[in-house]
Amino acid sequence: MALLETNNLGITFGGLRAVGNFDISIGEHELVGLIGPNGAGKTTIFNLLTGVYLPTEGDILVDGKSVVGLKPYQIVTRGLSRTFQNIRLFKDLTVIDNVKIAFHQQMKYGIFNTLFRFPGTRFWKEEAEIDIKARELLKIFNMEESADKLSKNLPYGQQRKLEIARALATNPKLVLLDEPAAGMNPQETKELMDTIRFIREKFDVSILLIEHDMSLVMGICERIVVIDYGMIIAKGTPEEIKNNPKVIGAYLGA
Amino acid sequence: MKKWQELLISLTGITILYILISMLLKFGVLNNYNRGIMVLIGINIIAAASLNFATGILGQLALGHAGFMAIGAYSAAIFSKAVGDAGMPDVVVLIIALCIAGTMAAIFGIAIGIPALRLRGDYLGIVTLGFGEIIRISIYNIKAIGGARPVLGIPNLIGFTEIFFLVVIVLMALFLMIRSRHGRAILSIRENEIAAEAVGIPTTFYKIFGFATSAFFAGIAGGALAFNQRMIDPRKFTFMFSVEIFIIVVLGGMGSLTGTVVAAVVLGILNEWLHFIDQYRLVIYALLLVVMMIVRPSGLFGTREFSLVGLIKKVIRFTKSNKNVE
Repeated sequence: MALLETNNLGITFGGLRAVGNFDISIGEHELVGLIGPNGAGKTTIFNLLTGVYLPTEGDILVDGKSVVGLKPYQIVTRGLSRTFQNIRLFKDLTVIDNVKIAFHQQMKYGIFNTLFRFPGTRFWKEEAEIDIKARELLKIFNMEESADKLSKNLPYGQQRKLEIARALATNPKLVLLDEPAAGMNPQETKELMDTIRFIREKFDVSILLIEHDMSLVMGICERIVVIDYGMIIAKGTPEEIKNNPKVIGAYLGA
Repeated sequence: MKKWQELLISLTGITILYILISMLLKFGVLNNYNRGIMVLIGINIIAAASLNFATGILGQLALGHAGFMAIGAYSAAIFSKAVGDAGMPDVVVLIIALCIAGTMAAIFGIAIGIPALRLRGDYLGIVTLGFGEIIRISIYNIKAIGGARPVLGIPNLIGFTEIFFLVVIVLMALFLMIRSRHGRAILSIRENEIAAEAVGIPTTFYKIFGFATSAFFAGIAGGALAFNQRMIDPRKFTFMFSVEIFIIVVLGGMGSLTGTVVAAVVLGILNEWLHFIDQYRLVIYALLLVVMMIVRPSGLFGTREFSLVGLIKKVIRFTKSNKNVE
């Protein structure tokens, strides 16, 4: 069974059909790219998958169960996690707190334990556990030394990495990356490719990514889905996509 | 430093402060008039800290806290008058009355928060302002609680000791709340609501929870005010009263509870000094705010917190580094 499956997914804003007939199936451990010209509807699809928008047609299945109508925070518990095109960190909080916030759903202690912190209670146990987990996660991204810095003071590349680390902290099965290489130079993009490959192995997740940088998309994606005007125009391996006349037409305006 | 050592240092600091002020009161350095001012400052600290929790920590502009204080004040007053002759010790009456005051205010906080928190920023400010006024005008028109006439004969249950420890308990509760998974969730809403939702924070729940918590402590401040003034009048809880509390929060720094404490103390003392130019007092207030916004737009403390433990750690580090230089 596919991890994520959409059937005939679509959304209409007023008279504008931003996405329509969107069918995709992502299996476990897959790395899929979603590309298309500006305004094609890529981020809209992410917003549909993560519950930000309510689809006007079609269905989204995660592990065979529909997630349509669930709130974004409920979809996170089903194993979908995302990053944003324009970085959305908790800027005035420390790096470690950024990660800890994402562990929220995995912690269970209540208000009583918060206010009455007797030694040996759940509060201390869970907080200590999460502190270790969060630091381990930062270590994987070589950011353990920045743990107590405010996240707005990080260099741009690290902010992107922190967003990915935060997405991974929710314990996802599928990570949605929205233009992870935006604003990066070729060297940073290369490092990012290694990171993406690495997290797929390390965390055993599937990845769906939107990207404009073709070297990255062609370099790491196993399958690519191309959309234009909200419709899928091509699906296939990087080789197939490169030579597809429809794709070339969409990008070059033929 | 271990956790319990930090706790010990904080508790020692609080005890020393308490003993110091009690001594000053006992030996007549500070008179009864000063004592009254200190109680009022304490009430302002609780009210402003509760507003700061909603505005600075949760990030939702609220301008109707006088309304929640009114609910707290009336609840506490009605309860204490009802049990007035039952022979309960004063402290017990005080604790129960304040719990009722807070709970009633929190219930109204939830009822108002559910529709109002769909709005953001200035719009939310205007709606909460409106709700604050609705509460006040409703009180005017409920005959059973006195209507427009003030409620008289409330027992005086709040002295310096009571307000001091009430302030300590309220601030501690707020700090404990902020430094937990619930507090992090609330802070994440202030920072970026969309991202918070995307990492699994039920933002609607935490917004209402945070708003209700804020209302709860505002209700306690209102209850304390009723016991201190011994009479309450609906005319007290106007929009201007909300603004006065708001000024404390802005001056101290949105998001800094210790900043709120400092600002409340400074404004409380300033208020007394400026008595001789009574009608121009608000002009000076306004000037102070304008200067503040130019010099330090984020308030005295910004979002930073003063910490005795942090200060001691800094001193230790400083002396150590000095030794190394030698």
